[in-house]
Amino acid sequence: MDNAAIDHIINKYQGQARFLIQILMEIQEENRWLPREVLKTVSEKLDVSFRQVMRIATMYKTFSLVPKGHNEIHICMGNACHVRGAERLLKEVQELTGIKPGETDSDGKFSLEIGCCRGNCCSGPVMEIGGKTQDKMSPAEALKNYE
Amino acid sequence: MARINSAAELEERRLGILSKRDPNKLCIAVCNGNGCSGRNEGIISVFTEELGKQSLDGKVDVRATGCHGFCEKGPFVVIYPEEICYTGVTLEDVPEIVAQTVVGNQVVDRLVYTDPATGEKAVRQSDIPYYKNQTRLLMGNNPMINPKDIDEYLALGGYAGLSKALFEMTPEQVLEEIKKANLRGRGGGGFPAGSKWETTRNAPEKVKYVIVNGHEGEPGAFMDRALFTGNPHLVLEGLIIGAYAIGSHLGFIYTRHDSPELLANIRTALKQAEEYGLLGKDIMGSGFDFEVEVHFDIGIFVSGESSALMRSIEGKAPEPTPKYIRTSVSGIWGKPSNLNNIETWANVPQIISKGSEWYSTIGTERSKGTKLISFFGNVCNTGVVEVPFGTSLKEIVYGFGGGIPNGKKLKAVHFGGAMGGSLPASMIDTPLDFDGLAKVGAQIGAGALMVLDEDTCMVDLARFFMKFLSEESCGKCVPCREGVRQMLNILTNITEGKGKEGDIELLEEISEVVGEAALCSLGRTAPAPLLGMLNYFRDEFEAHIKEKRCPAHFCKNLQ
Repeated sequence: MDNAAIDHIINKYQGQARFLIQILMEIQEENRWLPREVLKTVSEKLDVSFRQVMRIATMYKTFSLVPKGHNEIHICMGNACHVRGAERLLKEVQELTGIKPGETDSDGKFSLEIGCCRGNCCSGPVMEIGGKTQDKMSPAEALKNYE
Repeated sequence: MARINSAAELEERRLGILSKRDPNKLCIAVCNGNGCSGRNEGIISVFTEELGKQSLDGKVDVRATGCHGFCEKGPFVVIYPEEICYTGVTLEDVPEIVAQTVVGNQVVDRLVYTDPATGEKAVRQSDIPYYKNQTRLLMGNNPMINPKDIDEYLALGGYAGLSKALFEMTPEQVLEEIKKANLRGRGGGGFPAGSKWETTRNAPEKVKYVIVNGHEGEPGAFMDRALFTGNPHLVLEGLIIGAYAIGSHLGFIYTRHDSPELLANIRTALKQAEEYGLLGKDIMGSGFDFEVEVHFDIGIFVSGESSALMRSIEGKAPEPTPKYIRTSVSGIWGKPSNLNNIETWANVPQIISKGSEWYSTIGTERSKGTKLISFFGNVCNTGVVEVPFGTSLKEIVYGFGGGIPNGKKLKAVHFGGAMGGSLPASMIDTPLDFDGLAKVGAQIGAGALMVLDEDTCMVDLARFFMKFLSEESCGKCVPCREGVRQMLNILTNITEGKGKEGDIELLEEISEVVGEAALCSLGRTAPAPLLGMLNYFRDEFEAHIKEKRCPAHFCKNLQ
């Protein structure tokens, strides 16, 4: 991500430090993860210590300091999905992709995240790939569509 | 569109919108809520295409609406004005619906809802028992409006409450009305909203803030999202009225970053309201200024706690701070900040337009109005219902929920997620009421009701909740960070057959310390579900420890 793109996002918030979280969020949306040098640039431009930027980037779980795969798999571990077999689903997806939650596979195709309730409890256990719910599909079928 | 500059102009605008409408024009309302949209992606364009084939472009409206609430039977399609309701609609059904119903004026029988108990069919949505038996004061308009079009909200009388507040009432009168209605916070505690507003209003600092807590982090709670996504202006109107009563000129919407539809609808709503002069400087020509900013939770549970949420809005890490002084006196940047959840704000417009007297007729003596309940788990229907306080839990589980699937027996119901409480099946007649349920150890919380059948192991469930909380604890204070971790260790041991005599007593002791000493309500209420389960299901814990037996045959190491 180049400086101009970062500037564009920071300018949307008039360079105000209090919008640090929104700025990091927009950068991640565009760049898919938060590289160290980008965080350094943000720290300088907003005049917020690098320590503080890192604190925010590591505390909020959605921020990623490592590159994400092309397709982000998200498995809900909320209680509605738990009682409907989320653990089994997670195990199956781990076996199929060979990665654990928080990891990205070696060819950058998939990354796996677990999280909590997306409010789609009627379809549980819920697996999303690229933000889309994979309803009424086996994990193998669903993953095949994204190969 | 031009600004609205007075109460009269608002009414004129509404009549103008209605006069341009043909009440007999067909409108296909497609549910685009979370549950339905995942199952019928692209259905809107298929409808448009199919209508084009029949040369009906422009002659029939197609509307993507918010959640209708009966998620189990979705995707829903309702055809107005006759309100013909189809359930479980797939993309393949679209040509038949257009040919039969839109062109031929015939009902497609196989897509009509059939009551599994009586076998009776219900063609109109409002005749389906699931809808007929609700009191949908907040959710009722969801199928009837396009959340991306402010005109549809105005057509149904939207912003009339704001108009009444601004032009016919003083801020004090608005506050008094909310107090008289005894509106209680729907986010968990049930604290009277009017008192909270008053505290913020009377706080000495001049600059005050109002906040919509749309974090909804409680797993299984999805009613606020359904309401906010489906009818964003309702919440916004409530917020502006609240700001007027409190004397605030800047509001914050704190919401989930992971619901793109919700986000899009909020942003559209803010933009449209501003264009119409319902937000920003000199609202409706009344001289009252109010602006709104949107902030996000970025996937962390504790940021739904009021002080953590306010740190997050300041751009800091979401760690709770001690509340020797309430956030309603000293919140964001030390200014008085009034926080209410989505459902609480959504109740405000109707209280102002219809009056507190009307509102007081709904509900129980101390819990007024309706409550949105999302229910899930071992229940036939998953969905959202809106019922008056006082409705029995039995009515929700068996009436709306359709009972327990696979012929199993009900074991317990659990309210309020990881910080809530369970009630055994024998107490299913308990009415829905803030105080009544708190007394028996099941805080309503945000209103997520989990139904558990006989195969559920309560010890494992307690472990599951504790695991969730140990992962979500921010780690700032020791009682929560360490206490929750130790309780999780003990519970894990018990479920693995390594439980020892004295474990239950130790759990109770740690619970007491964490409950007293933790900094914020995440830690303080962390032991609540466990203590409730120890109260009602102690024999299950004892069977695990003493007999190394899991009565529900769930724990794998104990079989």
